[in-house]
Amino acid sequence: MGIDRRKFLKVAGVAALGLASGSSKQLLARGSSESTTAGKPAVGKRWAMVIDLKKCQQAENCTKCVDACHKFHNVPEFDNPKDEIKWIWKEPFEHAFHNQEHEYAKEELKHSLALLLCNHCDSPPCVKVCPTQATWKRQNDGIVMMDWHRCIGCRYCVAACPYGSRSFNWRDPRPFIEEMHDDFPTRSRGVVEKCTFCEERLARGQMPACVEACKEKALVFGDLEDPNSEIRKVLGANFTIRRRPELGTKPEVYYLV
Amino acid sequence: MTDAGKIIAGIVLFLVIVTSPMWYQLVSGSTPGAPKLEMPVDVTDCVEGADYMRAFHMDLLNVWRDDVVREGDRIHVAPDGKEYDKSLSRTCMSCHSNKDAFCDRCHDYAGVKPYCWDCHVEPREQP
Repeated sequence: MGIDRRKFLKVAGVAALGLASGSSKQLLARGSSESTTAGKPAVGKRWAMVIDLKKCQQAENCTKCVDACHKFHNVPEFDNPKDEIKWIWKEPFEHAFHNQEHEYAKEELKHSLALLLCNHCDSPPCVKVCPTQATWKRQNDGIVMMDWHRCIGCRYCVAACPYGSRSFNWRDPRPFIEEMHDDFPTRSRGVVEKCTFCEERLARGQMPACVEACKEKALVFGDLEDPNSEIRKVLGANFTIRRRPELGTKPEVYYLV
Repeated sequence: MTDAGKIIAGIVLFLVIVTSPMWYQLVSGSTPGAPKLEMPVDVTDCVEGADYMRAFHMDLLNVWRDDVVREGDRIHVAPDGKEYDKSLSRTCMSCHSNKDAFCDRCHDYAGVKPYCWDCHVEPREQP
């Protein structure tokens, strides 16, 4: 059967429309890079942290580490606690370690505050559920990283993390950042964020912001694979606990109580 | 098929009108309304050649993004052997410090809306 003029014009018209809209939809310049190196990078095969809660609690109401971290990483301060974004924060001991706590425990321990952050698990459940690989465990140093360019905001990781270490940006965070730190990006609405063990600072040879800010030296950061590192000495000489190790996530933040 | 002449003439006329900006550019050798970009004053060398950057800066930035975030590879080696941080805000914007008169002016003209600055912090205006 031949094609008549009417049919030809219809097909030609639709084809022309398709071509025109296709070419105008070229995506350009999506996203960009993170902050970068200046000093010699700190090298480690398995970064981890020890938090000395006794030292930490000596300085009552101290929030130096939290402030330093949140300021450095442009973490917004929302007025509604439901919108809260936190990378490192304090929580009552009995909430943070509810499997360690019992009703006859030392009163001051029960009601003391524990410093919490992402545990950078060796077997991270958040990574397993991420459908876009926006969060993954770095093979070379064990840091559980985030790629905010790639996060689609599905919040599976928020549900999967048993430690509450992940926060979701329900609102545009920009207007709620008190003082912008130009050297670090903000996040946008619809993206999950958490502590990254300051990988951008490690790459410049600096210690994480919280470790640097702690005057009590309650935070020890180092490489577990290096038997001579300070963190291995602290772990080898003291009894330490971790949050919910029974889950098999192998958390890499240790607590001295 | 009595109207074939009219229809074909109409199609030809339509194509000529739609493509007229291209013909104009070919004949006059200039792009009408092309934006004037503010270039860095003292610096002439970039991380890659100017022609390459003009055409492919968005691809370069995407590669940089993946290198830094996913591979931890932060050093870019320019064709002349010079090393640069793979960083939009630290490297690019340290020379092209006026985002409005460089990035935005051309992006507005080209009708593209990159979302780099939703998160990355643009340089503050010099006092």
